Amino acid sequence: MKALRKYLDRVKPNFEPGGRLHALRSVYDGFETFLFTPNTTSSSGVHIHDRMDSKRTMIIVVMALMPCLLFGMYNAGYQHWLASGSTSFPFWELLLYGFLAVLPRIIVSYVVGLGIEFIVAQWRNEEIQEGFLVTGILIPMICPIETPLWMIAVATAFSVIFVKEVFGGTGYNIFNVALVTRAFLFFAYPASMSGDKVFVPTEPICGLGGTVADTFTGATPLGQVATGEPGAQLVDIVGQHLSDWHCFLGLIPGSFGETSTLCIFIGAAILMLAGIASWRIILSVFAGGAIMSLIAHACATPTYPASYLTIWQQFCLGGFAFAAVFMATDPVTACRTNVGKYIYGFLIGVIAILIRVYNNGYPEGAMLAVLLMNAFAPLIDWCVVQSNINRRAARLKATKQ
Amino acid sequence: MSLNLSLNKGLDLCLQGAAKQGEPRLVTVDLVAIVPDDFPGITPKLAVAEGDKVVAGQPLLTDKWHPEIKIASPASGTVKEILRGARRKLERVVVEVDPYAGKPVAKAPAQATAADVKAALLASGLWAMLRQRPYDVVPDVEARPRDIFVTGFDSAPLAPDLAQAVNGKEKELAKGVEALQKLTDGKVYISRRDGQALKDIPGAEMVDVKGPHPSGNVGVLMANVKPVNKGETVWGLDIVTLERIGEYMLTGAVPTHTLVALTGSELSDPQLITTLIGADVAPLLQGLVKDDGRHHRIIAGNVLTGVKIPEDGYLRFPYRQVTVIPEGDDVAEFMGWASLSPKAQSVSRSFLGHFLKRPAAPDARIMGGRRAMIMSGEYDKMIPMDIMAEYLIKAILAKDIERMEALGIYEVAPEDFAMAEYVDTSKLPLQQIVRDGLNYLKKELS
Repeated sequence: MKALRKYLDRVKPNFEPGGRLHALRSVYDGFETFLFTPNTTSSSGVHIHDRMDSKRTMIIVVMALMPCLLFGMYNAGYQHWLASGSTSFPFWELLLYGFLAVLPRIIVSYVVGLGIEFIVAQWRNEEIQEGFLVTGILIPMICPIETPLWMIAVATAFSVIFVKEVFGGTGYNIFNVALVTRAFLFFAYPASMSGDKVFVPTEPICGLGGTVADTFTGATPLGQVATGEPGAQLVDIVGQHLSDWHCFLGLIPGSFGETSTLCIFIGAAILMLAGIASWRIILSVFAGGAIMSLIAHACATPTYPASYLTIWQQFCLGGFAFAAVFMATDPVTACRTNVGKYIYGFLIGVIAILIRVYNNGYPEGAMLAVLLMNAFAPLIDWCVVQSNINRRAARLKATKQ
Repeated sequence: MSLNLSLNKGLDLCLQGAAKQGEPRLVTVDLVAIVPDDFPGITPKLAVAEGDKVVAGQPLLTDKWHPEIKIASPASGTVKEILRGARRKLERVVVEVDPYAGKPVAKAPAQATAADVKAALLASGLWAMLRQRPYDVVPDVEARPRDIFVTGFDSAPLAPDLAQAVNGKEKELAKGVEALQKLTDGKVYISRRDGQALKDIPGAEMVDVKGPHPSGNVGVLMANVKPVNKGETVWGLDIVTLERIGEYMLTGAVPTHTLVALTGSELSDPQLITTLIGADVAPLLQGLVKDDGRHHRIIAGNVLTGVKIPEDGYLRFPYRQVTVIPEGDDVAEFMGWASLSPKAQSVSRSFLGHFLKRPAAPDARIMGGRRAMIMSGEYDKMIPMDIMAEYLIKAILAKDIERMEALGIYEVAPEDFAMAEYVDTSKLPLQQIVRDGLNYLKKELS
């Protein structure tokens, strides 16, 4: 490590003002602080600081996403093997296939997003911030696996610039950056983001996988519900019955990382144990979703086929659980007050199911629910803060009398 | 009659280098100094010149706008140095102690009326040891406090037990309460830690406090007993100052000695000592600082609210603790954010050290980069007051006076935000922000 430290110290002057590579100062800074904890010491206020910093916070979120990511790789392979009519599912080959399928998407998302972050940091003469570490892995995970690379690049660039950087960077954005990326894709290129063919990879990669017959139908369970007969059985892409257990495990077509409710729960456990995601939000999203599902189920009508789904199915299908654990809990765009978090989460749960069930145009409502509540989070917080202000004003009034 | 407070918010940091309990050692020093920065709200004006002879209790400084507020010399001797900094700002007044000077003749001051007590406090320099809310400054001479709050314990990391400092001084404490009672129409509240050896003090309302730091902050006591409203003034002090007031009222002499805890992981033998107020730190630490080749940070005070001082620095208000920790600027820690070390101390459960609860020896690094406020709710867990900390901080940064008032800036002092500053993952300088906010408000509204 000493050699590395020495090397960094040796090349550092190049990146300082007047140095040859000054234009890359933010890149150097980013790497240096990543490799070695900065030894800036406190100049005012407290003399010791907690070890937790935003780098570790972000990396823990990325780690919590790993079970979903790995499962997503396996599932991508599984769906491909299924579609190509295979009956044996070799674990490592499936995983490798999925890995190769998602790798370019992860690379594109990180290169575009981090590239913009580095440029902006350099331009503003600021330190590189870690926010995109999480966003960059989230983007490929919430998009269908067949989303073209250039679309991911365009959408990522759009949301990093117009949702984050124009507001001032990490910590200042109003909307969740990853979700806006997905919303951008959803509204700009609807054909590539929904339908029967986008959730299952069809091409062999590096000789892995087989040719896929055109006959399979890759509709997601929620897609089937929205278009099918009310109460009809859910089937996988080759027409076999899908049990609730399959849906919970996640062996269903869907956006890359969000099919496995089991892995999402593992991620949730990691986040809550580490104290990073707010349990208040996660809990209340599920509570809101459960109540709305119950209401929908109680007044089920054939006009809205999704109203026949049970609570369990509502939780396991689509992006609901993923949104509850990884999207709603983004501390920057969520409510910041404790009371506000309950309200915010609850309404996300309710609205997600509401859109899913009662709006036939959108088979899934989790993304829109979170974005909508992102917009309302400051208002909820305002009300909570106002109650504190009113309490203080009332106290003042009482003493004056 | 006594009140009970049970506070859940906050945290007791477990640090290495606690002072050994026992009888304090008396350390004599040659130099003492008064630092005007310790007395916020005062514009210092010199009352002496270099070379002047002074006696203990004689004013070294006065307030430019209220000359009746004085800061007294803690010892008899000669004014050795008047140090000025940038733009001729008065940094400190140093007095060379004359070891042969006798005790000045003293007689108990008149104290029959509120005006007498006030005049006595002002003349003795004890007034400057009090703090008022709003603004956390030396009290305004015109305002009459609604209530007076006395904190009976220091809950900060490695702080000395204040009950020991006032042990056996029941008479002085009672006298102090009697004097302060004349200055307020309200009550004198005194807090004590649950189980602390502090008897009920006649005339005062005792408050038994349970809970981690910052439960010993006088602001936390105020906020949980009877918060200050806009337009009101309350005073805060610690029990050692109360004892000094009592002793002065009884004898006419201001106590010049103070109990100091020498603490911190970089001291080989952390211990309690008694020395002069404002003492030169070098002789206090002589032979105690570990010679381990590390850079040291000497803090006059505790690790949360103390002041970084050079090796030839002086004790700073409230004159009760010195902490020495590693500076840490000589450490190259590879990928520290990924640390699995059991020595890493954190409130986060992602660190092993969180579960081991072993005394830690943190250094002064800020352990990360400064960021915008990202995580929510961190501050609230550390501030046992009805304050929306994040929103107050944002209002201060925005210089929005109306909103600062609405969110209760009059109830807070920088020290109340110290624990929040410690846990903040965005590493924002919260105490500095609050101090700047209070200064701004005071300037705009007066």
